[in-house]
Amino acid sequence: MSIDLSQFIPSFLEESFEGLELMESSLLTLQQGDDDSINAIFRAAHSIKGGAGTFGFNHVTEFTHLVETLLDEMRNGQRNIVQPEVELLLVSVDCLRFLIKAIRDEEPCENSKIAETAKLLEFALQKQEIEAAVTTNHEITSDNSQAFSTWLITFIPEPHLVQTGNDPLLLFNALAELGEVSLEADCKELPSLLGLDAETLHLTWTLSLKTSVNEDEIKEVFEWVEDECQLSITQQKSDSAENKLVSSPLVEEAVKAPQIKAVPSPVVVNSPEKSTQKSKSETGSIRVGVDKVDSLINLVGELVITQSMLSELGNDFEMSKLTRLTNGLEQLLQNTKELQESVMRIRMLPISFVFNRFPRLVHDLSKKTDKEVTLVINGEQTELDKTVMEQIGDPLVHLVRNAVDHGIESKETRIANGKSEVGTITLAAYHQGGNVVIEINDDGGGIDRQAVFDKAVEKGLVDTSNTLNESQVFDLIFEPGFSTAKELSDISGRGVGMDVVKKNIQSLGGRIQVQSEQGKGSQFKVYLPLTLAILDGQLVKVGREVYIIPLITIVESLQVKEQLINRVSGDMVLYRLREDNVPIIPIYQLFDIPADNKELSNALLVVVEADGQKVGLMVDDLLAQQQVVVKSLNDNYQQVEGISGATILGDGSVAMILDVPGMITMALKRAQRQQSNEKASKKKIETEVLA
Amino acid sequence: MSKILVVDDSNSIRDMVSFTLKSAGYETVEAKDGQDGLAKAKTNNFDLVISDVNMPIMDGIALCGELRKLAPFKFTPILMLTTESSTDMKMRGKSAGATGWLVKPFNPEKLLATIKRVIR
Repeated sequence: MSIDLSQFIPSFLEESFEGLELMESSLLTLQQGDDDSINAIFRAAHSIKGGAGTFGFNHVTEFTHLVETLLDEMRNGQRNIVQPEVELLLVSVDCLRFLIKAIRDEEPCENSKIAETAKLLEFALQKQEIEAAVTTNHEITSDNSQAFSTWLITFIPEPHLVQTGNDPLLLFNALAELGEVSLEADCKELPSLLGLDAETLHLTWTLSLKTSVNEDEIKEVFEWVEDECQLSITQQKSDSAENKLVSSPLVEEAVKAPQIKAVPSPVVVNSPEKSTQKSKSETGSIRVGVDKVDSLINLVGELVITQSMLSELGNDFEMSKLTRLTNGLEQLLQNTKELQESVMRIRMLPISFVFNRFPRLVHDLSKKTDKEVTLVINGEQTELDKTVMEQIGDPLVHLVRNAVDHGIESKETRIANGKSEVGTITLAAYHQGGNVVIEINDDGGGIDRQAVFDKAVEKGLVDTSNTLNESQVFDLIFEPGFSTAKELSDISGRGVGMDVVKKNIQSLGGRIQVQSEQGKGSQFKVYLPLTLAILDGQLVKVGREVYIIPLITIVESLQVKEQLINRVSGDMVLYRLREDNVPIIPIYQLFDIPADNKELSNALLVVVEADGQKVGLMVDDLLAQQQVVVKSLNDNYQQVEGISGATILGDGSVAMILDVPGMITMALKRAQRQQSNEKASKKKIETEVLA
Repeated sequence: MSKILVVDDSNSIRDMVSFTLKSAGYETVEAKDGQDGLAKAKTNNFDLVISDVNMPIMDGIALCGELRKLAPFKFTPILMLTTESSTDMKMRGKSAGATGWLVKPFNPEKLLATIKRVIR
């Protein structure tokens, strides 16, 4: 029988990546005497080696074996935990990651770095002259086993043999599979029935085995009990007549069949190439805790109960049953809500999936920049949607890099400024309202506001005459092509960073905020929606249409007071909102649809904010706030300017979800066009007058 | 049909062992570490226990020792599934009451052939 295990390769790969991550993070904090960490690292390496061996990824097994041996010596205290070796292990983790990625992506896994690292590992192992135990991959030694021979075996077990779960009868059965067995039990030691203890063995055996296998294979049957018995195996004269009989290869096969040490089936050994085709690149799977699935099943059960209750009510409905009906519907609402939350939880992963890579990153960067940096991570158990998680990794890496490279000052500067020479970067994640907030704090030099402004002027992003408040100045660093680093380093500062960071965060429906105090440090706050599939929205009515404004963008809703309206040139109307002047965008104008109310005074205004720009959206009516399921317009229709998606409301009608940043650009473009049109027509009139 | 407890902290190894055993018609119960395994052993009867050695919380050797203290497991075969083929590890397993060991890399055919030697 051959059993195909290749279906387990994807889960092995996934697990290996997790193991490597764990190895990496533990190595970074590894101290002498930290037994828990070193054991955890060892176990991770050990699992990878075991799995790789099973699937025949021998290069991984060999490499991991070196790593494991080194770790084992550290674990046993034969070797001190010193920085150079920890560094070597970190490099080894990279190599392993490369090897496992190569398996996943079916790419060649040859790399000089790996051979080099393997050599270094070997060298490190030899340094203390500790002999590297080579994996005991028993070779199959069946060449001299063609001939039948008879073996005489005497087996005298210790009385307590059965207490380790071994049973002589089963051993004899195993021998019987190797050939023909006859045996004789010696009952001399057997006590009388009264003195008989069922838990001890009193018998000894003499067996004769006629078989084609060699001594090693017979010994292997007794492998587990060899310390608990007296065993002698002697070969009788081989039978030449039978020897001839088995010379045909077919018979030989048949005889070898019951051997315990069968050749590993080719399906298992060769399958990697075949089966990884399925698992190419990232697998779209999520590992979900059993508790989450259980709660889901539980909820579905409740839903079914509610459903049957309602359908029974509906069979012959009378008004007297109205209370029960409303109760039932109430319950259905509750069930649906819980079910939704439960399903959403399945997609949620702790943010540690992203945060895990930062200790290594900061470690490497601080080496490169010769700065000492401690990384503090808080709230790594905060859960976030898997899709959001996958896409937020790179922007965060960029922010952390910037914090080390630009934020934290050099040791000398820090000391000169009376700070501790070790800089601190704090990563934190937490829930706030319907959002996940990720903070990246550093206690470095902070952002030089004047330098940012000067640079922006130099790049032509702003005019010297512009007066910008603090946050507006800091927002300039997100402008495309902006970089304040005086020299470009290979870590960050290519000037392509921050605008991409902002764009990525925005495409996830999030936003980023900067705060900084010179000399004290900076803080970047990233606000992300919990999930992309469901959105908290404010339903608004314009004419006969219902639109949805994402709640995250809404600042406030108010009724327009006539005296606060400012008309400027063109159609642009500004509304005085405390110290801000907020442009009013009537939705009916923007989308060119009929509206119930076109009068500005007493109109309803929803003030929204995007890209640091506040605008007031004029609507006819505010309806409910509710969660809506986002359906892509791209997939179902096509991209429409100012609309980010659609949803289906409770009454079955389709409502559009407004793309607030898109609407702002639309409105601004329109206003500019209008202005230039006006100018053009004014000029025309002037020229006509002149003529 | 024989019921087997499979204890391993690695999901993929545990899945593979379990899959192999199931495909040979055995019933399996899985546990993710020694403590989990012990808890499951207290509420179920097993004909065989296959356990990894290196595990968090409670390792395979300790599990073996604990199982032998339970009356229903006094004679139950317990196999250690491990890459550690060193004599030291074998001795430790034996003294804790292990029946035998299976050396990784694990091969499904060999696993099935081997457990026939201990399962009643």
